[in-house]
Amino acid sequence: MIKELRRVSLVVAAMFLSLFIAATLLQSVNTEALADDPRNVRNIYESYKTQRGPILVDGKAIASSIPSDNAYRYLRVYENDIYSAVTGYFSVFRGATGMESAANLYLSGQSSSQFFEQVNAVLSGNPVTGAAVELTLDPMLQQAAWDALGNYKGSLIAIDPVTGNILAMVSKPGFDANLVAGHTSKKVSENYEELEADPSNPLINKTIGGDLYHPGSVFKLVVAAAALESGEYTNQSSFDNPVSVQLPNSTSEVFNSSRNACGSADDVTLIYAMRFSCNVPFVELGLALGQDRLRAQAELFGFGKEIRVPMIATPSSFPEEMDEAQLGLSSFGQYDVRVSPLQMALISASIANGGLMMQPNLIESVISPNLSVILAPQPEVLAQPITAATAASLKKMMVQSVTKGVASNASVSGFKVAGKTGTAENGDDERVTLWFTGFAPATNPRVAIALVIEDGGGRDFGASGNATAAPVARSFFQAVLR
Amino acid sequence: MNALTEALQISKPIKVVPRSRNLEALLLFFAAGLNAFELAQIQLSILERMTTDLFTYWLPPVLFAFLLHLILRRRASEADPLILPIALVLNGLGIAMIYRLDLATIASGGAELFAFRQVMWTALAMAIAAIVILYIPSQLFLRRYVYTAMAVGIVLLLLPLLPVIGTTINGATLWISLFGVTFQPGEIAKIALIIFFSGYLVDRKDSLAVVGRKILGIRIPRGRELGPILVIWLASIGVLVLQRDLGTSILYFGLFLVMIYVATGRAFYAGIGVAMLITGGLVASRLLDYVSRRFDAWLNPFEQANYDAVGGSYQIVQGIFGMANGGLFGSGLGGGVPQLVPLAESDFIISSLAEELGLIGFFAILALYFLLVSRGLKVAFRHSDEFAKLMAVGFSFVIALQLFVVIGGVTRILPLTGLTTPFLAAGGSSLLANWIIIAMLLRLSDSAVDRQTEVITR
Repeated sequence: MIKELRRVSLVVAAMFLSLFIAATLLQSVNTEALADDPRNVRNIYESYKTQRGPILVDGKAIASSIPSDNAYRYLRVYENDIYSAVTGYFSVFRGATGMESAANLYLSGQSSSQFFEQVNAVLSGNPVTGAAVELTLDPMLQQAAWDALGNYKGSLIAIDPVTGNILAMVSKPGFDANLVAGHTSKKVSENYEELEADPSNPLINKTIGGDLYHPGSVFKLVVAAAALESGEYTNQSSFDNPVSVQLPNSTSEVFNSSRNACGSADDVTLIYAMRFSCNVPFVELGLALGQDRLRAQAELFGFGKEIRVPMIATPSSFPEEMDEAQLGLSSFGQYDVRVSPLQMALISASIANGGLMMQPNLIESVISPNLSVILAPQPEVLAQPITAATAASLKKMMVQSVTKGVASNASVSGFKVAGKTGTAENGDDERVTLWFTGFAPATNPRVAIALVIEDGGGRDFGASGNATAAPVARSFFQAVLR
Repeated sequence: MNALTEALQISKPIKVVPRSRNLEALLLFFAAGLNAFELAQIQLSILERMTTDLFTYWLPPVLFAFLLHLILRRRASEADPLILPIALVLNGLGIAMIYRLDLATIASGGAELFAFRQVMWTALAMAIAAIVILYIPSQLFLRRYVYTAMAVGIVLLLLPLLPVIGTTINGATLWISLFGVTFQPGEIAKIALIIFFSGYLVDRKDSLAVVGRKILGIRIPRGRELGPILVIWLASIGVLVLQRDLGTSILYFGLFLVMIYVATGRAFYAGIGVAMLITGGLVASRLLDYVSRRFDAWLNPFEQANYDAVGGSYQIVQGIFGMANGGLFGSGLGGGVPQLVPLAESDFIISSLAEELGLIGFFAILALYFLLVSRGLKVAFRHSDEFAKLMAVGFSFVIALQLFVVIGGVTRILPLTGLTTPFLAAGGSSLLANWIIIAMLLRLSDSAVDRQTEVITR
């Protein structure tokens, strides 16, 4: 029997060995892939056990974690809908979006800069507390932007052109992030599905993401910049001034929005065309410059680049390999040019800042629970898309657009405002998209903004950049300059 | 000279308690300390304070373990000193984890608690183990009841199929329900069947080992010697079909194979047995719906269809996530979320422990079991009586095989089956059976020692 017992012992040893190997594979080899599986909710549970840091605006929490007496230990609460686009939400059942996602490492206390606190947490058994993230937003301007947009669907972003700090970021309609931050799975699911199904997309931060917009006439700034940068044009360069222009190899004609020539003269200058936002001269200019130069200028402004604020903005795009007719349409921001409000605000900000584009940024500082500053981003130059001379020339055009052009409704008495409106068409049966981008005061800019109003501001007819979007900009500027 | 005078002066006989009992006492103190530490860590981590509940969950098993120790000192002083402390550590760890899961249940507003019942069952099981040690003086006593054991075993196996008391849980008909207490008689049947197999095989091993014709160089036993293995195979298939439990079926059949192999020394039995096992498994996976789902969930657990299926891989996958989350060092007792896995306190208690104690803890638990099984096998090696040898193999192997089947199921070595993890999992019948096995191994390990070497001074 001894021989048989030896063999049975070997079989037993082999069974244990295979268990040891299987355990090792599961617990030390494949762990990362398993942790990343979307069906694994442990990471979120884990983060609910630590007290997540607050998100602060001017020292006041707009999102914070309060103790809760159920399995999750902490409930995330949000103060105000006006910040919903910025904070996003942090949900056990739906993951995280917005700043909650972009700054998660800091908020959850997992960033490497909190290493010693993490070691301390392991030793003491107390979970690490997340760091506070203070935003660059100005609560007064955020409120002003929220109020200025009223009931429109759309968004407004305001940037300090000198530092790149984002001062206001509003997307409408907002939503109550508390609805998805709750701990009851069924309720959260219902709320989420309702928000998700809402055709006005409240869950999307429209300043940086979601579907991009046709820029329409605000894109003329890019075309004019390309012209000025080429050295072949100044703002006094003149163009033929017909009532319409036929697109090359096409039967379609492009008219100015007035359906008339751009002024009464035979020729029209670039600055005049910008003031009255005439399409025909810009089609001529765009065709003369060619799509490569337009695309190059757009890319210098940031088209095609993934910009982080630190939330990732959807890159704006300028179409590839167009024919001449498509290039003509693109020259006034139609065809397939797509931009985000952030992109347009960055263009205005670079013009306001003498041609230097600053890195847009929402994080003022990150402060650990022991009050040491973990992160304090400094102003950083992102690019120089245009020279100071081009910037000055574009500024002049934008100022005249407001003082004596089609952006007149953005004017604020006692101040010089620079701006450009846009009324972008989205197809025959679709309502227009309304734009304003600009900065104020023009002499010593404090904010550069872009605002977009979707869906024709709720109207089938009569909506235009100047009639609909510019007054919103005016009331925002009034709050800034007050 | 002085010492001799002294020795002569002592007139009454001295019973020398071997040093192994003192080692056992020392290890028991260590095990009890470890169990208290686990409970304290859980309370501090989840409740953030210690409560007197700790004693409710700590004291009963510890007191009974020392009671068993005292009985061993008097009645089985040469018993193996490691077996009892290992069983205490494992049982205490199981109670601690079940208590920890209870706290999570309470926190989320649930009411189905297991820890207190587990402690009560532990106390009862250890008391019965004490009775077994006290009233079964040696294996010779059992030799008389071999065929009684067979009858008891068969009755116990069939009980769940009876109307009224038979109970089906999660699709398997393995339980009986009496006066509100559910019990899994198959666990106790295990012990009866091991006693029966041992007695039967010792009686028949010579005729079973007789070789018949030689085919292709392999000696094949005569047809009638194939009878017993066929009966057991059919019984296992019966469990698979009627009681719908793959694990129990594999357990009985594997156990019998090993015992018949050890008794006869014929590798043929092992070979044909494994072939029958695989054939049975493959046929069952085609014909029986629940077996085929188990196979799908085993082979492709991460596939969404299997994950979403009723009786699919959701549980395995969640268990794997838990273990992966534990990583090398674990989240610490009370630091993970093992309650996310269905049946975290019973079938999946090993993944709960692996999540919170990490790979290191998992290894330690496996090492404890390995040590326990090897102490049992050591008895089989050392015992001079063949009946006792077979029982020792049976008891040790049944622990090893059950562990392999259930942990192998959780870690995807095998298809998942519903066996209990000895000593750890919540469940009274399993505790009862395993403590009786411990009592038997202690008894056999005592009688395995060659008494002639014992020194008795007069």
